[in-house]
Amino acid sequence: MQMTENYKNDFPLLCSQDIAYLDNAATAQRPLCVMEAEREYYESYNANPLRGFYKLAIDATEHYEAARETVRRFINAPSAAEIIFTRNTSESINLVAYSYGLNFIHEGDEILITIAEHHSNMLPWQMVAAKTGATLRFLDCEKDGSYTEEAIRAAVTPRTKFAAIQQVSNVLGTVSPVEEIISLVHKNGGLVLIDGAQSTPHMKVDVQALDADFFAFSGHKLMAPMGIGVLYGKKDILDMMPPFLSGGEMIESVTREGAVYAQLPHKFEAGTVNGGGAAGLAAAIEYLENIGMDKVEELERELTVYAFNRMQEIPGVHILGSPDPDSHNGILSFTVDNVHPHDIAEILSVDNVAVRAGHHCAQPLLKHLGVYSCTRASISFYNTKEDIDRLIESLASVRRKMGLGN
Amino acid sequence: METNTFYNEVLIDHNLHPLHKETLANPNMILEGVNPTCGDDIVIQLRVEDDIIKEAAFEGSGCAISQASADIMIDMIIGKHKDTALHLADLFVKMIKGECSEEEIEELEEAGALRDISHMPNRVKCAVLGWHTIEEMLGGKK
Repeated sequence: MQMTENYKNDFPLLCSQDIAYLDNAATAQRPLCVMEAEREYYESYNANPLRGFYKLAIDATEHYEAARETVRRFINAPSAAEIIFTRNTSESINLVAYSYGLNFIHEGDEILITIAEHHSNMLPWQMVAAKTGATLRFLDCEKDGSYTEEAIRAAVTPRTKFAAIQQVSNVLGTVSPVEEIISLVHKNGGLVLIDGAQSTPHMKVDVQALDADFFAFSGHKLMAPMGIGVLYGKKDILDMMPPFLSGGEMIESVTREGAVYAQLPHKFEAGTVNGGGAAGLAAAIEYLENIGMDKVEELERELTVYAFNRMQEIPGVHILGSPDPDSHNGILSFTVDNVHPHDIAEILSVDNVAVRAGHHCAQPLLKHLGVYSCTRASISFYNTKEDIDRLIESLASVRRKMGLGN
Repeated sequence: METNTFYNEVLIDHNLHPLHKETLANPNMILEGVNPTCGDDIVIQLRVEDDIIKEAAFEGSGCAISQASADIMIDMIIGKHKDTALHLADLFVKMIKGECSEEEIEELEEAGALRDISHMPNRVKCAVLGWHTIEEMLGGKK
């Protein structure tokens, strides 16, 4: 096994604290270069972007727009005008739900989501369905997180006006058949939003190859500062959508009666933007590009397979989802017989192993799988084999510490 | 070396072998307590006559802390006047806030085994779930 590179040294928090951080699916840690980029923005380029005419304000605008171009390149969008900065994936999806959903989805239409969606990609569509009279349909996964051909064909109908699908499950790590769903929905004239929150940090994303109409992701899961996220949308669709929020710097002109809205992407960026966050996001993307997404995938796959196999050796531990470690993409959710996930996470915490416990904002999925809640270890390329060993050692002690023998 | 956790013998024992996790035949008060964020869920059943708790039991699911705390509580309040139960609930919540004297913790007997929760803000809700439920049932403060 390779795993010799020690990217951990790039992360101040991981160097200064004795922690096996395995909650990367919740939020990543930040490398120094990201924090420096954010700091540099405020130290050297700070003014209100997109406004003033003095040099500093122009610098601020240039840095902000350069970050947009970096994002465009990263996900291979055709134009930077199609990259809208938001706060996070939730806001990106809400933008589409409120602006597209409430205006273009009607009674009799169907909205398709999977049972495995994060609540962020479920609640906005429940809202759109309730307000428009459209029907919300669910594509159910199998126990291993996969989708049968039959289920997909049955879920996409001629009435499917919109589908909102996660690219990777935050509970099972499974990749959704997004290409097939996009192609089927497009055949009937519908649109598709891809929730890339869990995929973008870990695999190469190409929105043109996917032919996604919308693609949403968060900066913070990709090592960028919290509070910066992205919505990609095809220009012709974004153009026909009304603004989501209104206010400063999203207009051409305002009169007593109304306003002419700004061009894309600024039409969707009301109010002062997150300039420092955008600079940090660009730095995070460049950091990832320097390592190479292929390398990131390879490192994460090696660690995931190692963790998966060692967890399987522990009596009473059951990994949710696919029996194939390669299908997990760094996400290993599990149960331990007769021990509640919060107690598991607590015992691991005493050993400085950070995992997530609960329903992972995917209650309908857990109910579908017949599990009330679970514990999740999620891996990033900067984790080490030692982090996994610490997880395994602590996990192996859980049942004994809870009085359940060995 | 294996680390110690606050999961001590008393807590583990009440979680694995609860004394009062059962269904009462004739309860005259039933109330469910839920922690929506973590999913702890208990249903407390009481048979109260002349302000005396004649019988008490609980059902439910959740983490070891919520279940053990409820079991210890039920064990302590059976046969007691409701005012005594409310007093104990008051003390328990005080202990979890880290505001109890040593004498007061002694008064809490076995429930004192959960004193370390006062250092664990994210588990406070688990520990007090049963106690808050009983306060609500017996007309104490919510």
